[in-house]
Amino acid sequence: MGMSGPAPQSDAFEALAMPLFDQLYNFAHWLTQNREEAEDLVQETYTKALKGFSSFQLGTNFRAWMYRILRNTFLTSRSGLAATSTVPLDTEVDGPVLAVENQTPEAILMQLSSSQLLQDAISALPVHFREILLLCEVEEMSYQEIAETLSIPMGTVMSRLARARKTLRDRLRPQFQEG
Amino acid sequence: MVCDSWKAKLDTYLDGELPEQELRAFDAHVRGCAPCAADALARVQIKRAIQVAGKRFTPSAEFRKKVRQSVAPTPQRRLRPGWIFTSALALVFVAAALTLTYWATESGRDQLIRNQVYSEIADLHVDSLASSSPVDVVSADRHTVKPWFQGKIPFAFDLPELQNTGFTLLGGRMAYLDQAPGAHLIYDVRKHHISVFVFQERLLPAGLGENSFLPMSLAFRMETWSQNGLRYFVIGDTGVSEIESLAKLFKGN
Ligand SMILES: [Zn+2]
Repeated sequence: MGMSGPAPQSDAFEALAMPLFDQLYNFAHWLTQNREEAEDLVQETYTKALKGFSSFQLGTNFRAWMYRILRNTFLTSRSGLAATSTVPLDTEVDGPVLAVENQTPEAILMQLSSSQLLQDAISALPVHFREILLLCEVEEMSYQEIAETLSIPMGTVMSRLARARKTLRDRLRPQFQEG
Repeated sequence: MVCDSWKAKLDTYLDGELPEQELRAFDAHVRGCAPCAADALARVQIKRAIQVAGKRFTPSAEFRKKVRQSVAPTPQRRLRPGWIFTSALALVFVAAALTLTYWATESGRDQLIRNQVYSEIADLHVDSLASSSPVDVVSADRHTVKPWFQGKIPFAFDLPELQNTGFTLLGGRMAYLDQAPGAHLIYDVRKHHISVFVFQERLLPAGLGENSFLPMSLAFRMETWSQNGLRYFVIGDTGVSEIESLAKLFKGN
């Protein structure tokens, strides 16, 4: 009939995408560090994803697809460009980082009694470290999913994650142990 | 130190990403090595702390509502400001048509098709009500309107003589019902508009019914029938008698 009614795809999109809303917002807020910008980013992500949903391949990872749209939208935004321009990743190499730390992480645990301190430390991480750490620890994505989301090889996922963790641990180390 | 090679893989181990083979070897080592076990425990606690700290920001209820509305399926109707009311009327019509199907005894599929056609007709009628220029050919003279359609639609039909009937012909426009081209005529009766649609029966879905009169108690009343290979719809928000009268004039041709 000429009367087409609601697009069936739109139904499916809403059913798939809305359950991710809280997580995507949290992730967006961590990236932008600002409520208004986070809302703009999430809204733009949903609008873009809905528009591109017909090209989404069923059977591929929908969550990774949504995060990828959000992240790419962020990286091309003004604050995204500003956040990445200060921390070039050109020194990044694939493969595991032999992060031999002299101290056990037990010393760090002392710092974790304050959630605020940990949150501040995560906020202060370079954006590429922050996002990979959040995808791994908060979203509990597999390395494969992270690789899809960030469009990087598995080896890079592992090395970047190791560097992100090491950076965070270093920053959480009690002041008197530094230097 | 032998433990250094293990420690480099400790995070991967805790992320559950070590290959099966390595995983077993690792388990065995950690079980027998106190420093590695302590390190593993501390890292698990850090992981957990990051997970808790990382779930930090919550979207507002208004924002959630806004995004949900922006992705919710919306009817693909051509809504312009001011059309909302008339479209609402069309929806009432559709609801009434759907209610009717529960009374009838025909197959559900036929009823569904029929209701789709009826709601499309209601839409076309609503479009003309809402339009600032409802007709493409403005004329009260059937001898002007009839030839206007020649060459535009692939069939001919007759328009009734209206003298002393209370009906006035306002004009006509092209109409499409499921890709089928047809004629849309608009009549006035006591300041009410009634639409008459004419299509080729063979281009429309089967089972639309003969002389089926729909007693719409709500927004619109409609009568439809098939005659000489043409399908007619008469629809308007007037009383039953006006719809019947105009239908009778067309049938009398
Ligand atoms: Zn060991």
